[in-house]
Amino acid sequence: MKTAEGQRELNRYIAGGLLSIVLTVVAFAVVLWFDLTRATTLSIVGLSAVAQIIIQVRYFLHIDLSRQKREDLQLILFSLLLLTVMAGGTIWIMGSLAGRM
Amino acid sequence: MTIENLHPGLNLGAAHGEAHTRSEPVIFGFWVFLMSDLILFGILFATYVAMSNGTAGGPGPQELFNLTSIAIQTGLLLLSSLTFGFASLTLKHDEGRRRHLLIWLIITAALAVAFLGFEASDFHSMMQKGGVPSRSGWLSAYYALVGLHGIHIIIGLLWMAVMLAQISVFGLSYQVKVRLLMLGLYWHFLDLVWVGIFSIVFLAGVA
Repeated sequence: MKTAEGQRELNRYIAGGLLSIVLTVVAFAVVLWFDLTRATTLSIVGLSAVAQIIIQVRYFLHIDLSRQKREDLQLILFSLLLLTVMAGGTIWIMGSLAGRM
Repeated sequence: MTIENLHPGLNLGAAHGEAHTRSEPVIFGFWVFLMSDLILFGILFATYVAMSNGTAGGPGPQELFNLTSIAIQTGLLLLSSLTFGFASLTLKHDEGRRRHLLIWLIITAALAVAFLGFEASDFHSMMQKGGVPSRSGWLSAYYALVGLHGIHIIIGLLWMAVMLAQISVFGLSYQVKVRLLMLGLYWHFLDLVWVGIFSIVFLAGVA
């Protein structure tokens, strides 16, 4: 990359890539190589997935909390709210139903 | 950089003229599509979780999943997300070196083809072990979710082929640049969905 800005942006992609690799390895390692309880394993897998999603959103999709992009951010946050209500509600209700049958 | 033209995703910057000033509404519209796609995937994830115990006496995740293959697919897709990032940066900062841009796009596409190869081979070996979509509610939900992601990758590949042709025919006109930005968002988004799939479907299934 010729410019300083280009080099900085390239470094951000590489940093995002490396962090994603580390988190992926952690998630696969706890399942494949460590004999932890199921609850602990699932918590670590879940946390590393959330961390990896945040990192990729930040470093690859360049979404941040700057004021200039507020409308777009509202679109994304509202979609996440809908997703939480619909997916969370489905899992809750269907899980409860399965528990009673 | 003018403040009012910023959009989520990589911004090309004022040096790119029209591709910068006219991209904001187009890319906002593409985000609306991506978010509706996210809802679609989210509902399939919810269906999958609700169906996770519904194996109906058929084969379950322990017998059917091959985590080595999933690890390879994860690596291929993550790497292709990164190489697309390099393509975007070449477009933004090294517009003159069009050949580099084409090479990064071709590497990205090759990684995606390899990903699909491993996924197809997994589907094939699952079906040979009796894990066909109609066997149980869990398998139907599995093929709907993972299959839909695979179809998205195929469409992404077709889109990449179209962009390679458009770059060769039209050069880097502002429309071509904006389309490349949208393809980049789409591609990074598909890797995000895959993070959900390998965590919720494969790792949680075998754990």
